[in-house]
Amino acid sequence: MKQTAALKITTPSERELVMTRDFAAPRGMLFDALTKPDLVQRWLLGPPGWTMPVCEIDLRVGGKYRYVWRNADGREMGMGGTFKEIVRPSRLVATETYEDYWTGGETLVTTELVETRDKTSLSTTVRYASREARDAAMKMGATKGLEASYDRLDQLLTA
Amino acid sequence: MKPTGYSLDTTFAALADPTRRAILARLAAGEASVNELAAPFEMSQPAISKHLKVLEHAGLIARSREAQRRPRRLVPKPLAEATEWIERYRRLWEGNFKRLDAVLQDLKSKQKRTVDALLEEVKPKPKKRSTR
Repeated sequence: MKQTAALKITTPSERELVMTRDFAAPRGMLFDALTKPDLVQRWLLGPPGWTMPVCEIDLRVGGKYRYVWRNADGREMGMGGTFKEIVRPSRLVATETYEDYWTGGETLVTTELVETRDKTSLSTTVRYASREARDAAMKMGATKGLEASYDRLDQLLTA
Repeated sequence: MKPTGYSLDTTFAALADPTRRAILARLAAGEASVNELAAPFEMSQPAISKHLKVLEHAGLIARSREAQRRPRRLVPKPLAEATEWIERYRRLWEGNFKRLDAVLQDLKSKQKRTVDALLEEVKPKPKKRSTR
């Protein structure tokens, strides 16, 4: 079986969450997969059972994007934002707002792609508007009764 | 404890330090006095007390009433909230990224087929059909 690259999640500051992961593809190809609607629709789906019937991406500074997800019951969830910075194929900065629930304002998402030899490292920094916004995001869709695993303490939030 | 009293900020700040995470891991096994907590570390008791204060302020630990030893114990809720969020986030993105791997794999094989086809086109063709 092919080994899946490890996803690393850290919280370097009170309002930020950083996700990094390697992909076995050149940077330009990964950039396309992140920005071309027909490709994005194939992977950015979230939990099982959801599809993305709407995916509009106007890839220029000031341009907007909008995603709508739909699950088997017909429930929909929309999200969108504006591109602030585009440096193909290495950097992308965009705002992000969910349409249906309060998340305390816009989130700023910075995506960076670094190519080394045969792989590209993708790093996504999610910056919340405020502490309240981060707390809201944390509580969003939270399932109750899940016990934290203390074994994970060390791997959690390692700087 | 207030229902949403402690802030998740202080939780994360408290968790950012390896000594404090080690202290929490120790307390997960049961309550312990300051001396017992300080034992595994090459640190003065005041230094450990400082870490304990940060953890206490974040609502991650509490003091038991027992007057003499004043043992500390773990308060699981804020920690559970923080880890649960990260874990949920991780599960979501692991799923997304696995699908992204497949998309990239597909793009790579398409690219290879295109290149192969192009190479085939520019390859000099044999003049005689001798292989038939």
